[in-house]
Amino acid sequence: MTNIPMTDIQTDVPREAQRTPILVAPPRRHRRWRHQEGQSRAVVAASAIIALALLLPLALLALDARDAGWGEIHQVLFRERSLFLLRHTLVLSALVMILAAVLGVASAWCTERCQLPARRLWTMLLVLPVSIPDFVVGYAWHSIAPTMNGLLAATLVMTLGTYPLVYLPVAAALRRANPVLEDTAHSLGKGRFVTFSRVALPLIRTAVLGGCVLVVLTVISEYGAFEILRYQTFTTEIFTEFQFDPQAAGALSVPLVLLGLLMLGIDGMLPRRTVSSTVSAAPRRARGPVRWRWSVAPMVLALGALVVLGVGMPIGTLGYWMAQSQHTTLPAATTLTSATWTTLSYSAWGAAIAVVTALPVAMMTFRRTTAPRVILDRVTYITRAVPGVVIALSLVFLATRYAYGLYQTSVLLVVAYAILHFPLALVCVKTSVAQASARLFDVGRSLGASPVAVFCRVALPLLAPGLLAGFCLVFLTAVTELTATLVLVPIGVQTLATQFWAYQSEVAYGAAAPYGLVIVVLAAVPGTLLGLWFDRERHTRVSLT
Amino acid sequence: MTPTTTKTRRYRRRAGLVAVALLLVAGVAAACGGGPASASDPTITLYNAQHEQTTNALIAAFTKQTGIKVRVDNNSEDVLTAQIEQEGNRSPADVVYTENSNWLQQLDDRGLLAKVDAATLANVPTADSATNGDWVGVSARVSGMVYNPSKVSAAQLPKSVLDLADPRWKGKIELAPAETDFWPIVSSVARAKGNAATLAWLKGLKANAGTGDNVPDNETLTRDVNQGTTDLAIVNQYYVYRLQAEVGRGSIHAKTAYFAPHDPGYVEDISGAAVLKSSTHQAAAQKFLAFLTSDAGQSIIVHSESFEYPIHPGVAANPELPPLSHLQPTSFTPAELGTGLDAKTLLQQAGLI
Repeated sequence: MTNIPMTDIQTDVPREAQRTPILVAPPRRHRRWRHQEGQSRAVVAASAIIALALLLPLALLALDARDAGWGEIHQVLFRERSLFLLRHTLVLSALVMILAAVLGVASAWCTERCQLPARRLWTMLLVLPVSIPDFVVGYAWHSIAPTMNGLLAATLVMTLGTYPLVYLPVAAALRRANPVLEDTAHSLGKGRFVTFSRVALPLIRTAVLGGCVLVVLTVISEYGAFEILRYQTFTTEIFTEFQFDPQAAGALSVPLVLLGLLMLGIDGMLPRRTVSSTVSAAPRRARGPVRWRWSVAPMVLALGALVVLGVGMPIGTLGYWMAQSQHTTLPAATTLTSATWTTLSYSAWGAAIAVVTALPVAMMTFRRTTAPRVILDRVTYITRAVPGVVIALSLVFLATRYAYGLYQTSVLLVVAYAILHFPLALVCVKTSVAQASARLFDVGRSLGASPVAVFCRVALPLLAPGLLAGFCLVFLTAVTELTATLVLVPIGVQTLATQFWAYQSEVAYGAAAPYGLVIVVLAAVPGTLLGLWFDRERHTRVSLT
Repeated sequence: MTPTTTKTRRYRRRAGLVAVALLLVAGVAAACGGGPASASDPTITLYNAQHEQTTNALIAAFTKQTGIKVRVDNNSEDVLTAQIEQEGNRSPADVVYTENSNWLQQLDDRGLLAKVDAATLANVPTADSATNGDWVGVSARVSGMVYNPSKVSAAQLPKSVLDLADPRWKGKIELAPAETDFWPIVSSVARAKGNAATLAWLKGLKANAGTGDNVPDNETLTRDVNQGTTDLAIVNQYYVYRLQAEVGRGSIHAKTAYFAPHDPGYVEDISGAAVLKSSTHQAAAQKFLAFLTSDAGQSIIVHSESFEYPIHPGVAANPELPPLSHLQPTSFTPAELGTGLDAKTLLQQAGLI
């Protein structure tokens, strides 16, 4: 599964707006807001229901584990193999985190602080790996070099797949930080290294750590790439156990959930908004067309190598296997079309539900931030820490025990996508809600416009970019999702990911390739849109929550 | 307009919006969900763990002969078994078709299988079906080794599966313990040598396989041996033929071999099928079983890419295979294999799964 960072992008209030008091967010407990308590209560109630729905998988998991019985849990969880799996998971997470952080920071430095020609193109290429599922990258390397297995292979594949999760927030932080500080350090005779470590690093520290948390969350929930590269972690073990004993699989996921919650906790403790306003409000350097200079040649070569390994290699391999295989072994066009359509519609529905349900939660903390509201808000991020397979298992349990009518239907899979990727939708929607000053709605109402008119003419245009970004982000992540899809896809239905996986498992590399290629194409479109959207923002803040 | 009415109105409108959103979600849910097939539909649902191409050929011929359509859910047998157990008596499956008999036995022990028609059971040898007649054997497979002659000569091959735990094989073998075909071999060794010796043997195998101790499936094992990534692996007799069908004769370097006669690693497994007690299409489902074991069905199995042995008397095996009567597997019957769950426990204890 490929993740993209949850991006909480807060564009500073436009300067004109700062001069016009009416557009600035009002003090929290202004008397004029009293009459809106009712509707605000409705928003809180809706948010509470959504938060409960998002907590459901964890509750179901606990029930499931209880049903499996202590004996079975003890047998699968408390044995030497669990320690082995834990060690595997932790060692890999640490290695990938460090390497992804180094690559992410270095490439962000190149695109944001150096005179790099074709900067926007580089940004897009550097972000592109988020649109390529890690199981496709694993397949690409393993099918070309069958001896590429184990820790080193897993580290390579996951690093190439996850460094954009660090790149994106760090690039955004660098864009926001005033380069004047660094110039000052330079002018005071400090070298590049000292300037970087003493001036720039403190400014991007939060972004780097937030990105690292995302990297670790991605690594601990990855299944496909590790199955191909024969590196066993808790997630691959859950899948194996799920084959024999689905309930014990629930028990096995407890360590993963704890690890995920720990990561979320760490992220919650990261200081936000540490950059002082004088720094963040600084004007950005004008960016004219950049002339080619030989001094940037090594940098271009290094970034080029990174793009070739992370993007060129998997796409090239897919093309190679398609060209290699006989026409008879390639899948029929009809199968490919129907799988494409299935993937498209499931992902789109999942994204739509996630965005619609994110709206009330985003509105809840907009006008007021009381303790219960903040807690509700934080709760909705919990699914981020739960691997897809765990959510899927809990929904299977729910359907077979309490809602059999939903069992083996696409509803379950669509709901799983919505639950799994809800936090992604939320951060995007929140961004838009935060940018839209509440007073604008009230001004519209006070001028006599009906609520519907205000919603259509004021709210919707303001919220549209965030809603669209949220949709793109969830859609792209759902298209590249494998584990929940494998568990929940209804009988007789094939998605691109399940077909790719089926052929890949039979070592039919050529037959799998077209499915992989379509996945990448479908995911690259919203991925590129998002990348451009990111780059356009002047002052961006990127974080998990 | 008093503030109170404004507030109430706004509240109502907001509540209305929320309701619209919820309706939308519910609508999506309803639109996405496929309804269950109606009772008059002559379609049966097959949970298939056998090789997809062969099953598809069987289904096409069956539908042509009887007019009964078949909807298939392809998955591995352990997944399908767990799925049926979870679904209980509401399972959409009418027929389940597995690669190894132990999964059918496991379902039978939970009381989920219906009796197979006597005429169908009479199509195949009695020993190849359930003793109580709840599932019927369809084809036979024999376990052996696949080896790469450029890495290990025929003379150097182990005589017994137990020899593979010897440190001499360190770094030269790969294992696929999560592949269910391996489980009957573990059960067979456990019956012959006892649990303690089997556990020690499995730990030896794991040590010898090193990082190759968790290869996903037999197809991968066979491919790895063929391209020389490893020297030898334990698989059923047909995998080299299947690889050959896919990559062409010219690219095949791997060879199949068997252990010494009656070795515990030399096991004949029965692939079988059963009708679920919960099936609402009992007659159609029984017809499918009858077809699988008939002359017509068995001939399709012979000529398919499965390369398994037909068990209907009088149907000859694929001429590329050595005749089943020439092979000398250990005397380990499906009845002795039972549910084969001892293998799972032993594999867990050895840390292989």
